[in-house]
Amino acid sequence: MAALHFHNVTLGYDRHPAVHHLNGEVVPGALVAVIGPNGAGKSTLLRGIVGILKPLDGSIHLGGLDSRDIAYLPQSAEIDRSFPISVFDFVGTGLWRGTGLFGGIGKAAREKILRAIAAVGLNGFENRPIGTLSGGQMQRVLFARVLLQDARLIVLDEPFNAIDSKTTVDLLALVKHWHGEGRTVLAALHDMEMVRTHFSETLVLARGPVAWGPTAEVLTPENLMVAMRMCEAFDDSATACAEDGRSQAA
Amino acid sequence: MIHDVLIGPFTEFEFMRRALAAVVALSLAGAPIGVFLMLRRMSLVGDAMAHAILPGAAVGFLLSGLNLFAMTAGGLIAGFAVAILAGVVARSTGLKEDASLATFYLASLALGVTIVSLKGTNIDLLHVLFGNILAMDDQTLLMVAFNATITLVVLAVIYRPLVIESVDPLFLRTVSRAGGPAHLAFLALVVINLVNGFQALGTLLAVGLMILPAGIARFWSRDLTAMICIAVIAAAVSGYAGLALSFQTRVPSGPAIILVATVFYVVSVLFGRVGGVVRQMFPGRHLEA
Repeated sequence: MAALHFHNVTLGYDRHPAVHHLNGEVVPGALVAVIGPNGAGKSTLLRGIVGILKPLDGSIHLGGLDSRDIAYLPQSAEIDRSFPISVFDFVGTGLWRGTGLFGGIGKAAREKILRAIAAVGLNGFENRPIGTLSGGQMQRVLFARVLLQDARLIVLDEPFNAIDSKTTVDLLALVKHWHGEGRTVLAALHDMEMVRTHFSETLVLARGPVAWGPTAEVLTPENLMVAMRMCEAFDDSATACAEDGRSQAA
Repeated sequence: MIHDVLIGPFTEFEFMRRALAAVVALSLAGAPIGVFLMLRRMSLVGDAMAHAILPGAAVGFLLSGLNLFAMTAGGLIAGFAVAILAGVVARSTGLKEDASLATFYLASLALGVTIVSLKGTNIDLLHVLFGNILAMDDQTLLMVAFNATITLVVLAVIYRPLVIESVDPLFLRTVSRAGGPAHLAFLALVVINLVNGFQALGTLLAVGLMILPAGIARFWSRDLTAMICIAVIAAAVSGYAGLALSFQTRVPSGPAIILVATVFYVVSVLFGRVGGVVRQMFPGRHLEA
């Protein structure tokens, strides 16, 4: 049973595809890097997996996973950092699946939150408002929340953007720890060196899938060149797509 | 002397006691709503909605004269219609909520003014425009208290999703479907409290006891719970002091209350612990770490 099954998936905005005819599957416990130039559709694909963007065509099967079994870490620009909430409370929202609307945060839950904050190296920051954190510290906070979500599928959108090397090393260790626990992890990344060294499987995306498979086979100069040449602009006069996608089944 | 100014009017006159009870109820419910309006950058949305309520109340007035229930029901219906339509349009299209709200409130304002002009009795409408907290009868007072109670109960129910949706709406969407209903419920609470406010302060100042205390609270704390408590206290004290001021000087009560709150606001801007002007000009020597 695959953790994720893409069946001729097309995702996009205003009928314009940002991810075009994607087929394939992710096995449970896989550690997959999604790479491609800006505008290649990486974020769009991840939004589709998480379910906040409905496919224009085709379908994504979660292999028996509920949408609540997914932890999603978007690019942090979408968070209102000026809101008066402490690191402890913010990380605590990761327990939503257990607490829901009214569930209390008991002693055990408090312990869990403190452990998650400690695991990302932020001891002593519990009562700080999130607005006072640096970019790297905020990213650690977001990882702590993902940790608490205890999800079987973890989706990370460019988690190491604008993050210093020390923080990257720490957080990458956490990602590998999740992989070791048998969780499925998908991450959109730009650092080819990191992908080569740490990620066993890679999807090269450029609107359509360029290549998908073991990193060593997929991460070739030829594939990257193809991805780089992708045209970014939507064509406003484009006609409806005729391809049914089945000819290139995975 | 102090007794004459601060306590005398309230022990002596029943209408002052009623006004005080009303203003405390308004503070308890309206100030927390105001804090969320401010934090969600919806302060002007609240103002726009207050205008949208006016024609609804006017329609109620047109249909059944200066009847409190008719006017309140009209205001509630108009306010809910505008709030919900604007929320739905913002959610189902790319249009930002403030833009769609502006459209709806302009439309309902135009409609309301047109309807009022059919009958053309502007004098009674002064009551709607500026309220009259000193003329609270039992019915009105009970309704204000009822609305305040509903507000606090609903706010307690939607508090958690409302907070998370304010900080990180995308996260809430991935873990729960409570975000949409919580948002709509919040807009409904805004409307209820605006209707509440217009009984006392009139349509034009109704939003004042919500937004000004929230602005005051922002200068004294970085913690949400503390901000809500400070806002409630600031609103209640403004209401009390405003009533006393109004009694002594014969200034209309609504404007007096809002003016007192404004004074507190200015003091907070100047001397507030969090980002106040004086604090920023003389921050003291920098710390060791």
